[in-house]
Amino acid sequence: MISEKTLGIVFSNMHDHMLSEITEQRTMGSVPFGGRYRLIDFVLSNMANSGISDVGVITKSNYQSLMDHLGTGREWDLTRKRGGLSILPPFGHASAGIYRGRLEALSGVLTYIKHSDAKYVILADCDVVANIDFSEIMKAHIEKAADITVVYKRDTVADEQVMDTTVLRLDENNLVNEVLIHPPVQGEDNIYLNFAIVAKDALEKLITEGTSRSIYSFAKGVLQDKCNKMRIYAWQFDGYCTKINSIRSYYKANMQLLDPQVRAQLFPRERPIYTKVRDEVPAKYGLSAEAGGSMIADGAIIDGTVENSIIFRGVHIGKGAVVKNCILMQDTMVSENVSLDHVITDKNVVIRAGRTMVGPESYPVIIAKNSIV
Amino acid sequence: MNYKKEWIAMLLAGGQGSRLYALTRRLAKPAVPYGGKYRIIDFPLSNCVNSGIDTVGVLTQYQPLVLNEYIGNGQPWDLDRISGGVFVLPPYQKSSGSDWYTGTANAIYQNISFIQRYDPEYVVILSGDHIYKMDYSKMLAYHKEKEADASIAVIKVPMEEASRFGIMNAYPDGKIYEFEEKPQNPKSDLASMGIYIFTWKKLKKYLEDDEADPISQKDFGKNIIPAMLDAGEQMYAYPFEGYWKDVGTIDSLWEANMDLLNPNVPLTLYDPQWKIFSRNPVMPPHYISPCARVQNSMVTEGCFVEGMCDFTILFAGVTVEPGAVVRDSIIMPGSVIKAGAVVEYSIIAENVTIGEGARVGARPEDTPDKENWGITVVGEQVSVSPGQVVPAKAMMEYSAKGEK
Repeated sequence: MISEKTLGIVFSNMHDHMLSEITEQRTMGSVPFGGRYRLIDFVLSNMANSGISDVGVITKSNYQSLMDHLGTGREWDLTRKRGGLSILPPFGHASAGIYRGRLEALSGVLTYIKHSDAKYVILADCDVVANIDFSEIMKAHIEKAADITVVYKRDTVADEQVMDTTVLRLDENNLVNEVLIHPPVQGEDNIYLNFAIVAKDALEKLITEGTSRSIYSFAKGVLQDKCNKMRIYAWQFDGYCTKINSIRSYYKANMQLLDPQVRAQLFPRERPIYTKVRDEVPAKYGLSAEAGGSMIADGAIIDGTVENSIIFRGVHIGKGAVVKNCILMQDTMVSENVSLDHVITDKNVVIRAGRTMVGPESYPVIIAKNSIV
Repeated sequence: MNYKKEWIAMLLAGGQGSRLYALTRRLAKPAVPYGGKYRIIDFPLSNCVNSGIDTVGVLTQYQPLVLNEYIGNGQPWDLDRISGGVFVLPPYQKSSGSDWYTGTANAIYQNISFIQRYDPEYVVILSGDHIYKMDYSKMLAYHKEKEADASIAVIKVPMEEASRFGIMNAYPDGKIYEFEEKPQNPKSDLASMGIYIFTWKKLKKYLEDDEADPISQKDFGKNIIPAMLDAGEQMYAYPFEGYWKDVGTIDSLWEANMDLLNPNVPLTLYDPQWKIFSRNPVMPPHYISPCARVQNSMVTEGCFVEGMCDFTILFAGVTVEPGAVVRDSIIMPGSVIKAGAVVEYSIIAENVTIGEGARVGARPEDTPDKENWGITVVGEQVSVSPGQVVPAKAMMEYSAKGEK
């Protein structure tokens, strides 16, 4: 449990453009993941499990699905009289438009931050799938007497991910001395995971200062510009974690859930990942079901063949259908004798009987929400 | 602050369920797991909410711990309300002394003051022993239409089984003229489902009179209903059609679970307008490995299946290891079937470990002595040793010696 009273701020819309097909009608935070989750579930559960009970979710656009998912925050134990979950849509007044970066977004919710009685603030995006104990980071932040603590992992970056990558250069004490935004990196590097801890009063100062100098980016205006003036400590996360910033990485991260080691790290019994409850019936396997190597959520009805796939809640797979290497989101209907390979179907997709769809291994086919094929 | 309610429900959940033996050693019958992610009580509670009842008193007495924790504040059933909601009502001490609930009628009698707080016109009396979906609001409409003092839900049962039930003999318009508890020569095939709607003013009077009667057994079926009939009160049989199953015995509990896997049984849990709510475990979707083979089965969150399952219901967090075979069985939450074990025609309670290569239960076709064939039960937290054989119809309540 976290030792100091901490406010969580979650940016739900950052990185939306990286998954354009899937985020057309939703925020990054509400992207379906792993059979029954939305990406925001990970960061919210991590906060709740770390003892943070005061969380603001900053939104910008397409946030209807997110609000529907979060409700009052009960599922994450964030329905509280003191604090709890607050959804912070853009606050439109004459001088503030739609924000362009995290710092500008924070300036839009400065009143909310000032109102909190927390001592520290954790800033987090929704693009990282990990089970991470924020109290560990807080401990390091206090021990190292850091002004800001940022979280990173050692990883390689694919070409298509560069546009969304921030790399940290560190000194021998793991203090940040250089921040590279969207660099063409080769090999393994220190990839910033977009989690940062900062004292609340210091953050307020940074926000006000940013506003006066028209700086809107936290990475650029704070981390990059101030890394030699402030003590920015970098904390390495070495558990399982994956950053979702391309269709390919989204697909890969889902498929990694089929690895028992990954599931063990992501869903430990004592630190569960919470999500909205749908009161679905358990998954039902019919007489002709042939399923293997898959993750299957409640409400699914399996009458066909499923291999190496992630099947979300309420998906129906008809007789004679063959589903391989697919991600089928909520309530997808796969009719009889359909054949799907390397396909991602969004919510409520209907695949009519007898259709065959095969996506290339390197880039799965995506079928948009509510479409009938 | 309590508003007047038109109707409230009282759910009798104190039963020990002694005929479920090992399964109810540590929990009351209504808390017995059913259907992969439910407990029996989810059915009456969900029926209440779906029928528009927002105030439910749950009368508990026997082993209430699991049930209390499960019901909690009632949120999973949408029964956390500003006025009303769900209340667990155990027996309590009064200035004049304290009593256990001595019968179903006495349990309601002891909670008259709870009911009075809502000043209802009608009270629905339910039990936590059955699996069924029923719209109580239709029954209330019937009760009002007949201007009844009591309405009793009845279901047609096969005539040859009628002697096992409480039988209502009624005129064609539904008016009951006679009630017979387990009659040897039944005159009708209308069995009482143990679901009653009473006009509260009437019921209150009969409860008070019954309480004053020293020889009464304080039971609805044995005392209240006959007394009301004798006095010529307006009592009507409300005919119900649909799935209704008592789950009070090992065999019927097993059958009721297997019914979920039978497409010909008219019990669907998929109706979005009539969901059965339950307290959901917080677990990831289940994983089924490439070597697993699962057919005709229900599997829920947190399960890890590497073996074979056929006609099986796996509850949350169950593990079936490679080479294990589970057939025609019910595996309750958290249990582990180790590699190579075979489980057939069994009910495995919560957090059980079936050791490697063990054999639990048997198929009727593999049992020479048909007389002694039956469903095998392994009780909560029991460990079955590797290679151990637990025969058909066995009731294993404790682990073998030397096991933890």
